[in-house]
Amino acid sequence: MTQAGGPVVVIGIGNEFRRDDGAGPAVVASLHGRVPPDVALTITDGEPARLVDAWTGAALAIVVDAVRVAGPHAPRPGTVHRLVLDRPGSTAERTASSHGLGLDDAVALALALERMPGRLIVHAIEAGDLSQGRGLTPPVAAAVATVATAVLDDIAGSCG
Amino acid sequence: MTHRNDRVLAVAELARVEGEGAMYIRASGDVVEEVRLDIYEPPRFFEAFLRGRGYAEPPDITARICGICPVAYQMSACAAIEDACGVTVYGTLADLRRLLYCGEWIESHALHIYLLHAPDFLGYASGIEMAADRRDIVERGLALKKAGNSIMEAVGGRAIHPVNVRIGGFYRVPTRAELAALAGPLRRALDDALATVRWVAGFEFPDHACGADMLALSLPGTYAIERGAVATLSGMRFGAAEFDEHVVEEHVPHSTALHAHLAGGGRYLTGPLARYSLNSSWLSPLARAAARDAGLGPACDNPFRSIIVRAVEVVYAVEEALRIIDGYQPPGRPAVEVRPRAGVGHGVTEAPRGTLYHRYQIGADGIITDARIVPPTSQNQAAIETDLHAFVQARMDLDDAELTRRCEQAIRNYDPCISCSTHFLNLTVDRS
Repeated sequence: MTQAGGPVVVIGIGNEFRRDDGAGPAVVASLHGRVPPDVALTITDGEPARLVDAWTGAALAIVVDAVRVAGPHAPRPGTVHRLVLDRPGSTAERTASSHGLGLDDAVALALALERMPGRLIVHAIEAGDLSQGRGLTPPVAAAVATVATAVLDDIAGSCG
Repeated sequence: MTHRNDRVLAVAELARVEGEGAMYIRASGDVVEEVRLDIYEPPRFFEAFLRGRGYAEPPDITARICGICPVAYQMSACAAIEDACGVTVYGTLADLRRLLYCGEWIESHALHIYLLHAPDFLGYASGIEMAADRRDIVERGLALKKAGNSIMEAVGGRAIHPVNVRIGGFYRVPTRAELAALAGPLRRALDDALATVRWVAGFEFPDHACGADMLALSLPGTYAIERGAVATLSGMRFGAAEFDEHVVEEHVPHSTALHAHLAGGGRYLTGPLARYSLNSSWLSPLARAAARDAGLGPACDNPFRSIIVRAVEVVYAVEEALRIIDGYQPPGRPAVEVRPRAGVGHGVTEAPRGTLYHRYQIGADGIITDARIVPPTSQNQAAIETDLHAFVQARMDLDDAELTRRCEQAIRNYDPCISCSTHFLNLTVDRS
C-alpha cells in the first residue's frame, strides 16, 4: 500500500521537439495548478539516473511517457497503458520508448540501489509520430487530457 | 556477392551510448575493408527550424537538441548571436556561464564514467549490473553527477534544458547565498572526483593510439571551456569566425550526418583527449597532480584512457566551480543588452564531448536567415571509423562475439552523443 500523505512526484518524460514524445511533458504542464501544493511536478528526458533521483524518497511516483509498441500488434496512437509497480522486485513490462536508455533501465537501477519509490505508476501513451518537430498528433493530444485526469485520480487515491 | 572468406560483423543496437545508432564492419579474409558508423543528425532539423525565428530564441531552442549537454548548445548559441550583434559578455556574467558549464561537464562526465564506460573495463554488461555488485561505487558516481545537477539548477533554473540562459546573460542571477549553498556538496564532490581518478587509473588499458589530429579550444592561462581560439595539435590556430574555412563537412553515403575534416584533408578528434593534449598545462595544480598520479603524461592519444581524462576534467570542473562560487558577487544586472543588427556571428565552446560550433546569420530586424550547427560527435565520426578500422584489423583473430564487444567498447571510448548527432544506433558486425 502507498503511505498516505507521503511525498508524491509526477514525472513527465519526453522531448517536445519529437512530436508525440512530448506527451509526458504536456501532461505535466496541464497539471500545474490542479494538484495539491506538496505534489512535485517535474519533467525529464528519461535518463535513468535523473529518473531515479526524481523519485527517490517518494511514497508515490507517477511517470507519464510516450512509447512505441514493439511486437506484432499494430500501434494504436493515443492508447494508454497503466502499469503499477508497488513492490520491490517487480519489473516493468519492457516498452520500446524513444529514449536510448529507458524507464525499465531506471527501474532496474533503482532496484539495484534500493531507491524505488513506495509505489510507481506508469501511464504509457502509444505514440503515432516520433519524428522531428513540435506538436502532438490528434489521438495523442486527446490522450493527454485523459491521462491528466487519471493522474489526478492516482494522487487522490494515494491520499485516501 | 559475399565470398566465403568474407567476414561481416553487425551489431544492431549499440548499448551504453547516449541513444542508439548502428555500426557495420566488413572484412575479406584478414583484411578489414569497410567500417561504417551510421548516424542520424537532429541538428540538421534544428538548423532549418531556426530559420525565420527571432535572434533571441536559439539558446532555448537548441538546448532541446540534447538532454545531456543543453548548456553547451546554449553557450555556443549565445556566443554566436552576441558575436553577430557586436557584444561581448565578460566579468561576473561570464563567470556564471563558466560555472553553469562546469555543472554540465561534471554531470555528463560522471554519467559516462560510471554508468556507460566503466562497466566495459570491469566486465559488467551494464552499469545496472555493476550497481547490483558495487552499489557504493555507483552511488559515488551518482552523487558526483548530482553535484553537477545542483549547479545547473541553481544557475540554469533547472537541470534538464535550463531555462535561465538568455542572450547577453541570464534572466535572473543567483544570490550569493544560493551559490554558497553549493559549496559544501561540491567540496564533498571534489573528494569523490579525486577518488574517481584513482579508481579508473587502476583499470587495464590496451595499447592503442588514435592517429588523428586533435582539435580543441585553447586559451592561454586557463583550461578552455566557453571561450578561446580553436587550436590543433598540428599547429593550426584560428578564431571562431574562421571555423567554416578550416573545417569542412561533407556528406557520406552511409550516414545522414555530415563528416567533418580539416580543410587540408586531415581527420581529427575533438573532446577530452584533444582538450587534455592541447591544454593540460593549464589544468589546476590538483588536477595536474591527479593526472600525473594516474599515469597520464602531458598528452594522451589512447582513446581507452579517455575515461581517466574525463575523471581529471571532473576534478578540474569541481575546483573551478568552487573557485567561481567563492569569489561570486552578484552583478548589478542579469544581462547586458543585445540589440540585433544585420550580420553573421560565430560561437565555439567545449561541450563535454568536444567542440561545438554555431553560426547564425541575422537580419537587421533580428530574424535568423541561416543557421549552422556542427556538433562534436559528427566531427569525430571520421576519426572513430578510422580508429575502428585499425583496431579491428589488429584483432581479426578474435571470434565475432568478442570482436563485437571490443568494438562497442572502442566506440564508447568516444562517448558519442547520439542525442546530439545520432539517434537510432544499430551496430552490425558481419563476416561470413
